[in-house]
Amino acid sequence: MSLMSSVLLLAQEQPAPPKVEAPPVSAIWPILIVLGAACLSVLFEALLPKHLRWPAQVTLALLTIAAAGVKLVTYVSDAPAAGETAMFGTLAVDRPALFLWGTLLALSLGAVLLIADRSVEPGGAFVASAAIRPGTIQDRAQVASTGMQTEVFPLTLFALGGMMVFCAANDLLTMFVALEVLSLPLYLMCGLARRRRLLSQEAAVKYFLLGAFASAFFLYGVALLYGYAGSVRLADIAEAAAGSDRSDTLLFAGMGLLVVGLLFKAAVGPFHTWTPDVYQGAPTPVTAFMAACTKVAAFGGILRVLQVALESTQWEWRGVLWGVAIVSMVIGAVLGLTQTDVKRMIAYSSVAHAGFLLIGSIALTEKGLSGTLFYLLTYGFTTIATFGVISLVRDSSGEATHLSQWAGLAKRSPLLAGVFTFLLLALAGIPLTSGFVGKFVVFEAALADGMAPLVVVALIASAVAAFFYLRVIVLMYFSEPAADGPTVTVPGAFTTAAITLGVIVTLLLGVAPAFALDWASSGVFAIR
Amino acid sequence: MTPTYYLLLSALLFTIGAVGVLVRRNAIVVFMCIELMLNAVNLSLVTFSRINGSLDGQIMAFFVMVVAAAEVVVGLAIIMSIFRTRRTASVDDSNLLKY
Repeated sequence: MSLMSSVLLLAQEQPAPPKVEAPPVSAIWPILIVLGAACLSVLFEALLPKHLRWPAQVTLALLTIAAAGVKLVTYVSDAPAAGETAMFGTLAVDRPALFLWGTLLALSLGAVLLIADRSVEPGGAFVASAAIRPGTIQDRAQVASTGMQTEVFPLTLFALGGMMVFCAANDLLTMFVALEVLSLPLYLMCGLARRRRLLSQEAAVKYFLLGAFASAFFLYGVALLYGYAGSVRLADIAEAAAGSDRSDTLLFAGMGLLVVGLLFKAAVGPFHTWTPDVYQGAPTPVTAFMAACTKVAAFGGILRVLQVALESTQWEWRGVLWGVAIVSMVIGAVLGLTQTDVKRMIAYSSVAHAGFLLIGSIALTEKGLSGTLFYLLTYGFTTIATFGVISLVRDSSGEATHLSQWAGLAKRSPLLAGVFTFLLLALAGIPLTSGFVGKFVVFEAALADGMAPLVVVALIASAVAAFFYLRVIVLMYFSEPAADGPTVTVPGAFTTAAITLGVIVTLLLGVAPAFALDWASSGVFAIR
Repeated sequence: MTPTYYLLLSALLFTIGAVGVLVRRNAIVVFMCIELMLNAVNLSLVTFSRINGSLDGQIMAFFVMVVAAAEVVVGLAIIMSIFRTRRTASVDDSNLLKY
């Protein structure tokens, strides 16, 4: 009755609706642009005739990244130093988040160029229609056709949007949703290769099942931390961990499960088992996108969780992550030695790099943060260019990724061999490349934070890893080319641009890293 | 009934799901076990919501349901495509990528 009367009263008086403060959007324009364009891109798929889709999608994707980049730069110039929250406190836009957004946008520009390329493989690296069964007559026809499943562009944009949200998420629920928004498109993109479709589909199944398994662990961790702290806000968890009367079992179990989920996404050993298979099976442009951008996003998330939410419990988890970092470096370096496929070799190299990045992440200092951010930037660009080069060496059945086929490649194409040598040296961390500076800043931060034994292991692991990079270089320069060896495709504008971008940044950050280091160390996680 | 029993039940369901993922061979069954894990999490979220006296956990359970539904869409599409190719959904038969 009282409800009725109050409703009537409301109808009569018509009071002004309660004023809701509009959340500031200037900080999150880049995310809004990327996700909005992703929706628009889905509409393009539905409404445009087939022959118009590729040009429309490529233009939209490139414009989106450019527009988001411009918005980011204009925001950075007058961003508050203390950072600000957006979307009712669910997103923390502080200096590290802005740096990671910039990195993600720049890397995805390179990845989109590789994805859009149709010169290396006529029609592009993607299947004309994923619904065609491999091995049938229709499948042989689609290999020769110039069509392409253009859904890959909206999927890329959604994944990019998810990554940007992921590394700015201020609470664990947002982080979980962002994790799925970035993962689900990637699962699909892995299965879209034009050639070797069985491998591609197998990669998609493996990535999907293991990825979903890992996100279930992540989610259970979120639930336990919610039980412990009564909130999923990172700052509230930090506050509760500093002093709460709840059982510590909840905290430690939750923390462990959460971190396992994150380490899986970042391909840190021993949670790396999916990495080689998926990197090998997925279409090479997608591998480039996945290897570079997912790593940036995942380590962005790891850094934020460790530094904001779990800093006060560092004495409990630090020892465990020491062990994980060592295992990751050793697995990456040792198993990388035994590989015969160049994509798998780079996958194990990425596991080793994940170990180096983890060292930077567990140094809970400003230098550790800025070093890790810088390392992510350097590693991403080198990786994009590396996979771009790998996509150029082909024979009649597609990419020739077996190492024996790379023998004597320098005689066929000195330019390609030179570029690839430079990139491998950057991955190995030789001076005058960005890889050296990245390793240097991370190890320096680790030493300053009292992790000398870990740095020694890391140096040994880099030396072992350098061996398998050098093996490829020796193979390219000092072996006789096979008579029926692969040819080196002359790339079109898109792939050339992506590789050039990667190589220039790798060189620039190796020779003059100061400006990027300044940018990386311009601030810490300020929203607490 | 204290809420602790629900937490234990949820941990048990989560463990059953995790063991199922590791020992079952059919991709669909593996996927169902993952869904079981997600629903176990939902149970503990709602229980914690009750213990904490806040509604956040129940709202989160809705988020998890939506995400799980999206995951089903993507997952079944991928499993279907590999089933149509190989006429089997066994994860043991997907063994081209190794070493």
